[in-house]
Amino acid sequence: MRPFISAASGALFGLGLLVSGMTDTAKVQGWLDLFGQWDPTLAFVLGGAILPMLLAWRIAARRRAPLLEGTFPAMPEQRLDTRLIGGSALFGLGWALAGFCPGPALAVLGWGGPGAVTFGLAMAGGMVGLQLAQRLLQRRATVTA
Amino acid sequence: MTLAPIPQDWIFGLIGGLMIGGAAALLLLANGRILGASGILGDVLDGAPQRTLAERLPFLAALIGAPALAVALFGAPETHITGDTAVLIAAGLLVGVGTRLANGCTSGHGVCGMSRFSLRSIVATLVYLGVGFAAFFLARHTLGVI
Repeated sequence: MRPFISAASGALFGLGLLVSGMTDTAKVQGWLDLFGQWDPTLAFVLGGAILPMLLAWRIAARRRAPLLEGTFPAMPEQRLDTRLIGGSALFGLGWALAGFCPGPALAVLGWGGPGAVTFGLAMAGGMVGLQLAQRLLQRRATVTA
Repeated sequence: MTLAPIPQDWIFGLIGGLMIGGAAALLLLANGRILGASGILGDVLDGAPQRTLAERLPFLAALIGAPALAVALFGAPETHITGDTAVLIAAGLLVGVGTRLANGCTSGHGVCGMSRFSLRSIVATLVYLGVGFAAFFLARHTLGVI
C-alpha cells in the first residue's frame, strides 16, 4: 500500500506543479523579478500548498502513528549552520539563473525537451558529485586521524 | 449578461498550490514521510536502502510520469527554458549541490518545514528567496547574462 500512496502523492504533486504554472520558468523568474515585471503567482502557490500542510501537522500531532505504520518524522535538531545557509544560498542562485527548483525540474523532465533534460542531469550530477566529494573528504579525515 | 471573468494566473497558482499541499499531506499522514523533491531524488542517487526505494521510486516515477501524461493528453504549456546550455548546467549543478547541503528545497523546507514552524526551514526559505531575488536582479538587470 505504501508504494501506491507514494505514487499517488507524486502524481498529485506533479499535476499541482503543472496546474500552478511552476513548470514555466518565466513565472518563477517573474516572481524573483521583484524590481522589474513582478509576478506574484508563486506566493499563491506556496500559500496554497502550506494550508493543507498546516492542517496535516495538526492532525499528525494528535495521532500516534501514520495510517500505514511507521512513525511521524521527528522535528530535526534546530541548528542553523553554514551547511544550511550556504546550501540555501547556492540553491537560490541556481534557482534564479534557470527558474527551476527540484520539483518542477522533475515534473518537466518527460516533456520539456532537451533543456529540461540538461538541467535535470546537471542537478543529479551536482547531487552525486557532492556525495562523492563528502565521501572522499571523510576518507581522508579517517586516514589522517 | 456579462461573461465570467477569465481565471487569472493566481487562481491556477492557488489551485495548484492546494494540490501540492494535498500531495504532501497525503504522504505525511499515510506514510509518515516528508514530501521533499531534492531529498527523495538525492537519497535514491546516493543509494538509499532497498526498502525505502520501494516508496521513493514510485513517487519519482509518478512525479515525472503524471505531468508527461497530462501534457500528452491536453498539450504542453510554455516552459520558457533558456536555450543557454551553460546557464542550465551551472544552475542545475548549483541547485543539486545547494539543496543537498541544505537538506531541502522549496517543497521540503518551503512547504513541509515552514508549515510545521521549523526554524531551520524558515531560515532556509528566507535565504534562498533573498539570494534568488538578488541574484536574479544582478543576472538580469545588471550583468544581463540571463
